[in-house]
Amino acid sequence: MVGMNRRIVVVGGGIAGQAVCEALRERDRDIPITLVCGEHSAPYDRVRLSEILVSGEDSQTLRLRPAEWYADNDVELLVGHTVTWVDVERRVLGLDDSDELRFERLVIATGSQPLMPPIPGIDLAGVHPFRDPADCEAIRAAAASGIERAAVIGGGLLGLEAARGIAAQGCAVTVVHLLDRLMERQLDAGASSLLAPALAGLDIDVEFERNTQQIIGPQRAHGLRFTDGSELPADLVVVSIGIRPEAELARSIGIVCDRGIIVDDAMRTSLPGVLAVGECAQHRGIVYGLVAPIYDQARVAAQTLVSEAAGAGADALYLGSVPSAKLKVAGIDLVCAGESGGDLEAVVTDAATGIYRKLSVRDGRVIGTVLLGDTRGSEALVAAVRSGEPVEDPLQALADASLSGPADLPDTAQICDCNGVCKGDLVAAVSDGGCATPREVMAVTRAGTGCGSCRPAVKEIVAAATGGLNDEPAYLCPCRKQTREGLAEQIRADGLQSVSDVAAACATGRECGACKPALAYLVSEVCANQHREERDARFINDRVHANIQHDGTFSVVPRMYGGVTTPDELRRIADVADKYEVPMVKVTGGQRLDLLGVKKQDLPGIWRDLGMPSGHAYAKAVRTVKTCVGTDFCRFGLGDSVGLGIEMEKAWEGLHTPHKVKSGVSGCPRNCAEATVKDIGCVAVEGGWQVRAGGAAGGNVREADILATVETRGEALRLATTFLQFYRENADYKERTYDFIPRIGLEQVREVILDEERGGALRERLRIAKAATQDPWLERDDPYHARQFHDLDELEPALVGPPAGGEL
Amino acid sequence: MSTAAALAHDACSVEDIPLGEGRAVTLDGRRIAIFRAGGGWYALDAACPHRGGPLADGIVCDRAVICPLHDRRFDLQSGSALTTGNAVAAHAVEVRGARVFVTLAAAERGAA
Repeated sequence: MVGMNRRIVVVGGGIAGQAVCEALRERDRDIPITLVCGEHSAPYDRVRLSEILVSGEDSQTLRLRPAEWYADNDVELLVGHTVTWVDVERRVLGLDDSDELRFERLVIATGSQPLMPPIPGIDLAGVHPFRDPADCEAIRAAAASGIERAAVIGGGLLGLEAARGIAAQGCAVTVVHLLDRLMERQLDAGASSLLAPALAGLDIDVEFERNTQQIIGPQRAHGLRFTDGSELPADLVVVSIGIRPEAELARSIGIVCDRGIIVDDAMRTSLPGVLAVGECAQHRGIVYGLVAPIYDQARVAAQTLVSEAAGAGADALYLGSVPSAKLKVAGIDLVCAGESGGDLEAVVTDAATGIYRKLSVRDGRVIGTVLLGDTRGSEALVAAVRSGEPVEDPLQALADASLSGPADLPDTAQICDCNGVCKGDLVAAVSDGGCATPREVMAVTRAGTGCGSCRPAVKEIVAAATGGLNDEPAYLCPCRKQTREGLAEQIRADGLQSVSDVAAACATGRECGACKPALAYLVSEVCANQHREERDARFINDRVHANIQHDGTFSVVPRMYGGVTTPDELRRIADVADKYEVPMVKVTGGQRLDLLGVKKQDLPGIWRDLGMPSGHAYAKAVRTVKTCVGTDFCRFGLGDSVGLGIEMEKAWEGLHTPHKVKSGVSGCPRNCAEATVKDIGCVAVEGGWQVRAGGAAGGNVREADILATVETRGEALRLATTFLQFYRENADYKERTYDFIPRIGLEQVREVILDEERGGALRERLRIAKAATQDPWLERDDPYHARQFHDLDELEPALVGPPAGGEL
Repeated sequence: MSTAAALAHDACSVEDIPLGEGRAVTLDGRRIAIFRAGGGWYALDAACPHRGGPLADGIVCDRAVICPLHDRRFDLQSGSALTTGNAVAAHAVEVRGARVFVTLAAAERGAA
């Protein structure tokens, strides 16, 4: 009954389902694949849910692959569908919309469900599992809503990450745990006893030996009652006590199941042609709830499918995984692998600093490690656990590991547990694949694209493999390996005044020259615009104050504060366009008029005829503030958006920034000025202004973070100004606000700019820098060089002789 | 000026080009970019072989220039490509007193 239909249907759109599809495609380009996802989105990285619980980023950022991957790789993707029945005899299954799908073979990757204890109150509002983006959003919203206290039931890995996410919203949180130690599946008593104080340092309380009997209602959760009769008030309850393999579909078609779907070493179930992978599968008695084993299983399952299709027997075997885990809680470093104890144990511990390092040995071989507070050498130790490396002196091995970096590892050591990438794969991507930077290596090998915890190790290995010459954004001058911070310090300490001063002192910018504009900005910023300007360090746009186009001509955008202009200005713009035969006049996205295709030598004349200041549309500087008409004319307007926009633009005009800063002001939450996707945006709301930063609407779309909601227009301008200066001082060159804020952390940004003293100091420094700016278009009459705008055979420079046929 | 096979063109005055920058000029029908770099005077064909970007508008360092359009980098002395793609023709430059003279290399592909 196989006939022509070779289709493989993968049921379940989690990490496991996606991994099976990818592993299959690596082995066979042609075999038809359909992936059925129960959730209403393409597969996403569930492991990183705890990150977006902290950051509040859109869950779309968790997608494992972009939408086009499925089309490019010929994988049919069905989202928001569940499989309701399977007829194994006829090789056909039914979907909930009553469509039918024919298949030759089936992979069940239905994952797991969160375990919810059958106690009174478990169904109350305010009680959530922590499993999908909707849970994540609900928990985050509740934690940020000003409630008194939240409780997390369960002190395992996921429970602690949930608690961290809640604490990050400024909400008090208590973890209640059934046993007397945290993460008991991974940690021994020693490590656990140091973990609780470390959590307390992050405002996460832990209560041990708490058996929750009831969640107190009546309408919504207000607290927990324990079996000993004591109570804990909590208006938000997150339940994270474990998972239950989702094996219902398998059971319904007669597949042998225990806790999960029982699979053999080739990942085959008891029914021919049906495999199971991931958290729904039970292999040699074990259901794995961690991500690394899932990738191992997916590879074996894909190999089995391909081998069977070729008429061969299963040739790859899954022999189980050594469990390893990293706690993704900022401020706590914890890595563990294998067993938490053995017949010989070496432990180094320092309770005062919260450090605990342990290596467990059985029969002379490494079987487990726990590293808390100091995870140096974790890659080497986890690799030793995986391979069961023989060890004579475990204490010495611990000490040696702390001195070794990832670059010292053998090629076979696995660096990225999520995608199963070994050190040798990374090195090969550099030596054979021509990759030069960690970013390229990660794109090619997929290392570091899962949970991201191995990224520092990937960077170190790539740096070693490329001889350290990789062009990383962390260096302002990659040739000399000089950082922005280090150079700023030197400029301050030695009173350096110009790019050539820095070049003389540190040799920066002399070898390849690429960093000269970054250095020019740094010098100007540190010296508050009192520096000695050297135009050769500036990009052509900043030498001639216009934007170079693909044919070497320039574009001219005069400033129109807040996007408001006058009939007189429009007339002058029209006259200029006629007189200089400007090929195109265009309205820009930032509400300005752009004169395109202008010759360099015409720039001074055009500026003179326009009589308007520079719009800085060519510079890494404060650009436009886009506004809606707000209360001036709009019947919905709540705030004077035009007024605030003009104020912002005048307050910031002429300031250079690490990258361009595009702003917007909307007069009501309808947000016609699109202020929520601007670098800096203000939105009038009932009773005040929402001040936002870090938005993007380019290659990526990112909703700007809310810095604060303030009452008056004056306060909005003040806060936005404070952020602008914080960005000017702390961002790397060419780092937009939407990369800057996630790098620094929104909480840290808020902490500084909302602090009265530090905020005041930032505004004062901006005021000083602003006082030293002037309209660069005034150089039309006062050029820095006679040939600022002219090549050698164009128009004699004015300082040398009278212009031939000029109109002066 | 000699009339030998290679003619040295009187291209510009030393003062015509700011230190660390370049300017273009047409010599013998060919567009040439002359650079006054920290390391000395150099001349290359003016158009970047990639997409015709004006190399005279590029950022100049001791020994290289970066095209302003797509950041291709060229060695000022030899014209060889330091990033990727084709090289650009390099020409000999000599400063005599306050004047800058350029001797064009043989036109391999003719002037653009």
